[in-house]
Amino acid sequence: MVGAPPAAPLPETENGKTETHMETAATIFGSDLFRMIVGLIGVIALVSVNALFLIWMERKVAAHMQLRPGPMEVGWHGAIQTIADALKLLGKELITPEDVDRPVYLLAPIVIFLPVLVSFLVIPFAPKLIIRDMHVGVLLILSFATLTVLAILMAGWASNNKYSVFGAIRSVAQNVAYEIPLLITVMSIILMVGSFSLVDIVKAQERYWFILIQPLAFILYITCATAETNRAPFDLPEAESELVAGFHTEYSGMRFALFFLAEYTNMFIVSALATVFFLGGWRGPFLPGWAWFLIKVYAMIFLIMWFRWTFPRVRFDQLITFAWKILIPLAFANLLLTAFVMKLF
Amino acid sequence: MLEPLEEKTYVLNFGPQHPATHGVLRVELEMEGEFIVKANPDIGYGHRGHEHMAENRNYLQFLPNMGRVDYLHALAYNQGYCMAVEKLIGLEVPERAEFIRVITAELNRIASHLLWVGAYLLDLGAFTPFLYCFDDRENILDLLDRVTGSRLTYCYYRFGGVLQDIDQEFIDGCRKFAKRLRSRWRDYENLVTKNIIFIERTRGIGIITREQCVRYGLTGPMARASGIPYDIRKCEPYSAYPLFDFEIPLGERGDTMDRYLVRMREMEQSLRIIEQALDKLPDGPIMAEKVPKRIKPAAGEVYAAVEAARGEFGCYIVSQGDVKPYRIKLRVPSFANLSILPEVAVDTLVADLVAILGSIDIVVPEIDR
Repeated sequence: MVGAPPAAPLPETENGKTETHMETAATIFGSDLFRMIVGLIGVIALVSVNALFLIWMERKVAAHMQLRPGPMEVGWHGAIQTIADALKLLGKELITPEDVDRPVYLLAPIVIFLPVLVSFLVIPFAPKLIIRDMHVGVLLILSFATLTVLAILMAGWASNNKYSVFGAIRSVAQNVAYEIPLLITVMSIILMVGSFSLVDIVKAQERYWFILIQPLAFILYITCATAETNRAPFDLPEAESELVAGFHTEYSGMRFALFFLAEYTNMFIVSALATVFFLGGWRGPFLPGWAWFLIKVYAMIFLIMWFRWTFPRVRFDQLITFAWKILIPLAFANLLLTAFVMKLF
Repeated sequence: MLEPLEEKTYVLNFGPQHPATHGVLRVELEMEGEFIVKANPDIGYGHRGHEHMAENRNYLQFLPNMGRVDYLHALAYNQGYCMAVEKLIGLEVPERAEFIRVITAELNRIASHLLWVGAYLLDLGAFTPFLYCFDDRENILDLLDRVTGSRLTYCYYRFGGVLQDIDQEFIDGCRKFAKRLRSRWRDYENLVTKNIIFIERTRGIGIITREQCVRYGLTGPMARASGIPYDIRKCEPYSAYPLFDFEIPLGERGDTMDRYLVRMREMEQSLRIIEQALDKLPDGPIMAEKVPKRIKPAAGEVYAAVEAARGEFGCYIVSQGDVKPYRIKLRVPSFANLSILPEVAVDTLVADLVAILGSIDIVVPEIDR
């Protein structure tokens, strides 16, 4: 703890006492606890607003790619349509099917949401706008991102539905397969920077963005990130035409909304990481740092949405083959090349 | 409490409520992991008893039913039934009416194929082409709405002709549509046909040999994708089709990719037929002169077949000299086409089953009738 209260003995005079109180107050406000509370409130607000915005954005992006206007009725160009939808979901009855594994079934939507919140701790929105700059930031995000699989497995297994189990099994296989190339790709960035801290990674891109010298890594990262977030063309765990709704077939109302929220927040996180790793984080002229950061993140999200509305879905065996036989060798080659070049110069 | 499972396989109910069955079809799948050991289509959820209805109505009263057997290519079914009845009572259809029938039926065929392309890609997980296809199809529906008065379950042909004449606006609309659709081929090609994921999902999947086609009585694009040049418009020409120059697109491998390509090329051929028919459109009446008010054919049997979007649609009427038909048997293509599913689906993945089932282009109400 950086700002722990001083353990000095209390002064005796009244004057001194007030001073100490003020000091304590100052240390509290400057302390990690305060930072944490404000940060958490900020994160929860950001997550909700972001999800509301992203769902609207997705519908608009999809609509305009499909020659239709999309939501237009509620608010300006349907801007508050998502809020109306969220209210509707809140009012829905929570149906629990009869033969589900109750505790696991009820826990799954919560478990899927927690790691998502934790990941926000270390994302640097601007030079100072970060809840906690940890020197293991990258590891923290990637390890918590893996927990999503657990939640999907819980949901699929507990639902007691064959389609749900299918979705869960696919999700596990897919996430394991795509996590490896993702980690290796990130490794090549880490190798160049020499630090796991996200702030350090952004600082290292002072002269040029890493996308310029690591284009292959960027492509690999985006592919894996799309698969990690279960987005089309890798949306096999919830492949509609095959598995109805996959692992969340049996969820309704707000529980379903939590899965939905987690998906969109995950999209934000992988895009934020892409911004940090490849697009120079908060760097940019004229606008403040956080604005540049958000612009880059939403541009990345737009790219992921673009994929979804353009490509058909891959088949499951093709997906796994693609990861093990193409992505992992490529990621390794990129890592070796990076190491070689680093050593050379 | 739980005993270890001894069976290696399990049963997965694919449908009747499932996004990929396009209606209420249930496929009982015996699965081993994600592989299909046995697929057994269970039909009849949408049975409405059309053939029985025919026995309780007079000939004209049964006509509207035809648009509801296969709602996607309703005009071909109109035509098949009208042709059978005309054959039964010996009615000559004027040339202009035949031309109008060809134009509208081909437009309807394109609409049906467009919907299939969209729905098929939706099955494969691509959402956007679906709306592109619907956008194009909308033009056809508007055109047909103009002359037939309805957008989906058409009942436009009458015994001896068609309900009403087409006007200049319809003709211009058709030409404009042909131009528009041709300009879209490139979009479809770039978005779908050349898409690597689409190629990987469809090439070599669900291969049907020529021999299997013959054995199961497959017709339409299903048979043509396997290389059998069977198209009733050419083999047993009816209506005004002999007057037009068009080709029968054929596939080579008989896989789902070929079935897609055949249908895409068929749309182009339909456009050619429409344009030729519009160029050569003769003047004259649109209705035969002596159509009996009360149709009471002599005892006899008659069969008439047309090439519907999904294959051979045949209408077999047995008359016993009454105002009502004694029996009408509808030979629907989807039923025969679906019957091959248990054979091709074995040893494929669920995702492939979706691709194969989609490529058959079933219309479930047509199977159930």
